[in-house]
Amino acid sequence: MKRMTGAEATIRLLERQGIHIIPGIPGGTNLPLYDALSHSEQIRHVLARHEQGAGFMAQGMARTSGTPQVFMATSGPGATNTLTALADAKLDSVPIICITGQVPTSMIGSDAFQEVDIYGMSIPATKHNFLVRSAEELLTVIPEAFRIAASDRPGPVLIDIPKDVQTAMLEFEQWPEPGKPNPLPPFSWDDIEKAAKMINAAQRPFLYIGGGVVQSGASELARALAEKTSIPVATTLMGLGALPSDHPLCLGMLGMHAAPCTNLLLEESDLLIALGVRFDDRATGKADQFCPGAQILHVDIDPGELDKIKTPLLGITADAKQVLESLLPMVEKRPRRQWSERVSRLRHSHPLDLPRADDIMAPYGIIQAVSKLMEDDDIITTDVGQHQMRTAQAYPFRRPGRWLTSGGLGTMGFGLPAAIGASLAEPERTVVCFSGDGSLMMNIQELATAAEHRTNVKIVLTNNNALGLVQQQQELFYGNRLFASDYKHSPDFAAIARGFGLPAVDLDGHPDPEGELKRIFSEQGPCLIHLPVNASDGVYPMVPPGAANREMIGGAEHACI
Amino acid sequence: MPASKTTSPKTVLELHVNNHPGVMSHVCGLFSRRAYNVEGIACLPEGGGETSRIWLLVEDSNRLNQMVTQVTKLQDVHRVNRHPGNHQVFGQLRDIMTS
Ligand SMILES: Cc1ncc(C[n+]2csc(CCOP(=O)(O)OP(=O)(O)O)c2C)c(N)n1
Repeated sequence: MKRMTGAEATIRLLERQGIHIIPGIPGGTNLPLYDALSHSEQIRHVLARHEQGAGFMAQGMARTSGTPQVFMATSGPGATNTLTALADAKLDSVPIICITGQVPTSMIGSDAFQEVDIYGMSIPATKHNFLVRSAEELLTVIPEAFRIAASDRPGPVLIDIPKDVQTAMLEFEQWPEPGKPNPLPPFSWDDIEKAAKMINAAQRPFLYIGGGVVQSGASELARALAEKTSIPVATTLMGLGALPSDHPLCLGMLGMHAAPCTNLLLEESDLLIALGVRFDDRATGKADQFCPGAQILHVDIDPGELDKIKTPLLGITADAKQVLESLLPMVEKRPRRQWSERVSRLRHSHPLDLPRADDIMAPYGIIQAVSKLMEDDDIITTDVGQHQMRTAQAYPFRRPGRWLTSGGLGTMGFGLPAAIGASLAEPERTVVCFSGDGSLMMNIQELATAAEHRTNVKIVLTNNNALGLVQQQQELFYGNRLFASDYKHSPDFAAIARGFGLPAVDLDGHPDPEGELKRIFSEQGPCLIHLPVNASDGVYPMVPPGAANREMIGGAEHACI
Repeated sequence: MPASKTTSPKTVLELHVNNHPGVMSHVCGLFSRRAYNVEGIACLPEGGGETSRIWLLVEDSNRLNQMVTQVTKLQDVHRVNRHPGNHQVFGQLRDIMTS
């Protein structure tokens, strides 16, 4: 017979799930959990400076490892602070588990101190959530949470544990089995045959691949399919890295900030092979004008994504990797000479233009300069804004699962804590976080966490003293009326970083910026790299929100093709 | 229940769900978040009270399939059946409300 408190059982169950690091912040209602955690020999706690930071650290660990990761917060404000990180994980399908303390069961509903209905609040932000009503329930709820977070389309789970449930004594015979992902859903051979027929018959097919391909570990197979059938590949923001950027069939991102050739060629395709994607409006532009002449073959693990935005001719609810494994031998090896020639012609006539990409002091140039100091398995995170879109355009991605960005929710403040999480999970790797001044200030307090744990995180801050991407929209779509998007006061970020205990360098006016960058990347530990840039340097091309993808501003949209 | 306000065809969804206090919020939250109108709701526990059944009166629009898929994905929902809009659950409720 085993006898322990609910809190002790919780920590043991987390250990049994293979958890080694838990970021979080303690408070009144989760102190029993923290007391139990203090006795764990397996789990190291990382004290975040804000619960949103803790959530993004858990995301950084989960996005790099692909396995569910845990973070903790107390009730009330601690719990509400987790919501942005949860909503972010929901939209990008990241398996994280948030464990919140709650006021004692007898006080729930009485507006007790630091009581909020985090169960109710987190329903739309999570894949599933639990309010635990007895210590016994923990034995089923914790493994269930891990099963749900990791199964099918992964996502965030919240477990709200009232304080009296944490302190209650629990007796039981046996530990439950750790929660594991469900078996992958079955699919039919018929569908695979149909899919192969569609691909074999297509004249101008296109592969459109996203985060689902990366998450299912199908990147190699997607590449093999593309190579065997000579089909060009466009990826979503989340799919970057599935194919090396310099692969001859890789056309980079599609949609709002794509290379003109990519969007134009998609318009011409007669078959869109959509793998692990959800037809997000940032990728498709105006959905009913997206790939107007193409039949759609859509594979996704989430049945809710098939027929949500576009009706496919064939939709297969399945794991992308399994589908590709079956499909690969059935497709014909074909050179598709005409289509390939068309693709390479447009690539040359309508390429992505990255101004001053070889100037280390320019917004695109710094990204390329940094990329030269990074190894293939090193990790890249971003915040949200121009710097993010530039990184998506200019960074030479080489491997899947090394690119961490807030795609669906577009959360400023994601980059730094996600980078810390990634570094905690893989301390031997260099992690670079491309950020903007607006975004960095949204979770700047986590510089303290980065310094405390000496995480090998290099923050590359391109500082335009403005909300750059907002300004760009005001310039283009609001008659250049810049309002509430520039800062009147500019903080000294290098001094702030030093104040938190990080070394910092300013590349501005530096006699040898290349050498300095090289030195920084050769040293272990966190560092802030500051580079002033102009807010008026936009990210182009740009498809206006709500427009069709062919309407690219700043692309070569008028050139005859 | 503004059942007669719109004349578009209706469907009744019958959901077999776990019976605990949060299930109703999950189901109703999903419909409101995806901007899909629910015109009528009925719910009763069944068997030993471990599970319950929820009937939803909804519009039969072209997004209904998507809603059924989404609602089936909820962890607490075991099964969803579709019935014609004149299903007796709401017929009898209507009688009570007009008596
Ligand atoms: C939390 C949050 N608030 C507001 C926005 C809207 N928004 C999108 S980009 C942006 C500006 C980002 O500025 P900065 O981080 O300095 O990056 P830059 O565009 O200048 O590179 C804003 C305010 C957002 N994405 N996230």
